Amino acid sequence: MSLGSPEKYWWDEPLDKDEKTWVTVAIVWAIFLTLYMPYKHFTGKQNPSQEYTKVSGDKFDAAVDKFIAQYKVGEEKGLAVVAPPPNSDIFIRGQQFKWDPILKLKKGVQYKLHLSSIDMNHGFSVQPVNFTIQVVPGYDNVLNITPTTSGVFTIICNEYCGLGHHTMVGRMYVD
Amino acid sequence: MAAEFRKCPTTGLMVHLPAQALIKINAVTSIVFLLIGGILALTLIFTRWQAVHLLPPDLFYRFLTLHGIAMLFAWIVYFEVAVLYFTSAVLLNSRLAAPWAGWLGYVLMTVGALMTTVAILAGNSDVMFTSYVPLKASPLYYLGIVLFAVGAIIACVLFFATLAVAKHEKTYEGSVPLVTYGAAAAAIIAIGTLAHGAIFYIPTGLWAAGVIPMMDPEAYRLLFWGFGHSTQQINVAAMIACWYALATLTVGAQPVSEKFSRTAFVLYALFINVASEHHLLWDPGISSAHKMWNTSYVLHLAVLASMMHAFSVPACVEVALRKKGYTKGLFEWLKKAPWGNPSFSTLIFSVAGFGFLGGITGIMYGTEQLNILGHNSLRVPGHFHATVVIGTSMAFMGLTYYVLPLIFQREVMFPTAAKLQPYFYGVGMWTVSIAMMFVGSFGVPRRHWDITLADAPFQYSFGPTVDLGMAITALGAVLALIGGAMFCIIAVATVLAGKKVNQ
Ligand code: HEM
Ligand SMILES: [Cu+2]
Ligand SMILES: [Cu+2]
Repeated sequence: MSLGSPEKYWWDEPLDKDEKTWVTVAIVWAIFLTLYMPYKHFTGKQNPSQEYTKVSGDKFDAAVDKFIAQYKVGEEKGLAVVAPPPNSDIFIRGQQFKWDPILKLKKGVQYKLHLSSIDMNHGFSVQPVNFTIQVVPGYDNVLNITPTTSGVFTIICNEYCGLGHHTMVGRMYVD
Repeated sequence: MAAEFRKCPTTGLMVHLPAQALIKINAVTSIVFLLIGGILALTLIFTRWQAVHLLPPDLFYRFLTLHGIAMLFAWIVYFEVAVLYFTSAVLLNSRLAAPWAGWLGYVLMTVGALMTTVAILAGNSDVMFTSYVPLKASPLYYLGIVLFAVGAIIACVLFFATLAVAKHEKTYEGSVPLVTYGAAAAAIIAIGTLAHGAIFYIPTGLWAAGVIPMMDPEAYRLLFWGFGHSTQQINVAAMIACWYALATLTVGAQPVSEKFSRTAFVLYALFINVASEHHLLWDPGISSAHKMWNTSYVLHLAVLASMMHAFSVPACVEVALRKKGYTKGLFEWLKKAPWGNPSFSTLIFSVAGFGFLGGITGIMYGTEQLNILGHNSLRVPGHFHATVVIGTSMAFMGLTYYVLPLIFQREVMFPTAAKLQPYFYGVGMWTVSIAMMFVGSFGVPRRHWDITLADAPFQYSFGPTVDLGMAITALGAVLALIGGAMFCIIAVATVLAGKKVNQ
């Protein structure tokens, strides 16, 4: 009875065949899973290796402003629209409650995307492709990206960042 | 001394009256918080289902913060404290080592819980239960949580002191029962993780009070989840201890192998407090290599333990029922099982829901490949409502139906309603969980007041399938809330007015 003391010497009782089989299967499966995730990290397409540096809010802010000044091509809803050249460093700044600037990227071209926040944590969730990267103040989260489809993309903040969280929606164009 | 004990007429156990009083007060308080959290859940789901969109945004985020605290901290932990006293003093026939310490712990927990609740309702602590810095809550918010944790640590220490007293006074023979063993695993994990919580809650509270500078936000996230993930393992270990207890109480099951089950509990205590970095898979500040190590190899040693219990709990139920003569075919034992006993149906909902819904999705979302799709989407609350609600909360509800006659010495009131209660709650929560995960797979964010994005500068529609999914979530929630209300009413009515079990 599991509510009473067990028979003496329970640690000596041999395991049944069923239990041994089950544990063996579970261990084999665990080993498979343990190896499979790292294996897919190196051979799969969806997972870039993490790249990041520490960066102060002020420094990142200045870098984004400089980037906007350099490649600005227009404005939409009060946000700069920026068309950077291929293979360049590109920036998106998260802050309560907007993502800026709006990027205009080219399909099939690689960019180095820098993501950070100058206030709270934010969640960089890109729709409809549906992936999320965590944006943390004090850190530049770097992604090497190559857009593979053209169209209009929406960036929805999916980390609670204050009472206006649900209005934090940004835009990105690929053509 | 003898006057401090009563002999339980059903089990023959000697029940220490001061221990019984502490079990009662902790159980009652936990159910009060379950009721509060449930009422908040109602407002949350009818806000997220945007056909109704009940609350304004500030109240939504405030109630969401409070729902997390009331449920995950208060309801679960108070009940666990009751389980600790039950599995030490009562099951071992012993006196509780120091009842005054139990009351001290209770008072600290309660002052803390009220302090945090007041801070949230006052409206300057809308930070979610994760309270990621630089989001700032009132200093009272953090102080309340620290007091609560200190109270819970005292309860854990009292549990071990009682084990020592029982051993010394020879109130039982041989090894402690399996359920007590499992509770000990939970208490070991609890002491470690709750103390860990102090490492970041205290500096964060001091920062909020303006005394010291802010902690690095990524360091906070790492420390938070080192605590937050591991505390969930207290719930898992306590839940599985309850499963074994329920299997014995409902169908007289014996553990198929003490060695097998106990080894699995040891694996929990050793390994399950790692793997916390699956919350941070797409964060900067930690290398990919470290995340892979943390979330694969060590995680699977703990999962192995769950796999072992997943074998031995259903196995002991099957063996017990077959012994009663239900041996025809593969499944006669399952058909003839006592489905009308609320504790039994709850046990089955809990085991199956924790394993198939919660466990499997947890392993899935814990891989970096799927995490990048699911991080911070409704998939996450879908997953943990399967683990901590269908799994842990239902196991505790099932146990309550025995705590009422054994400890409160009252007959459970409204027996027909009690029979039906697990089906409402179980079917409802299964629906909520699956529907949330389904909707989340479209990228719908969690903790979000308005997924129609009406007040945002840019528009995006998640499509009609998501609308349907949210409606189904709300439907499941209504069933679950009816079941939850039935549970609270039955429990409270029984405590207050149930017929006394003759002594
Ligand atoms: C009838 C039962 C319940 C319903 C209908 C329900 C519903 C919900 C809903 C709608 C959310 C918000 C999801 C979001 O927008 O991100 C939520 C969050 C949550 N629930 Fe429940 N819930 C129930 C019971 C419970 C229980 C019993 C627990 C714990 C033991 C619990 C723990 C949580 C936690 C920790 C959160 C996350 C809060 C946050 O994101 O900060 N819930 N629940
Ligand atoms: Cu944001
Ligand atoms: Cu946000």
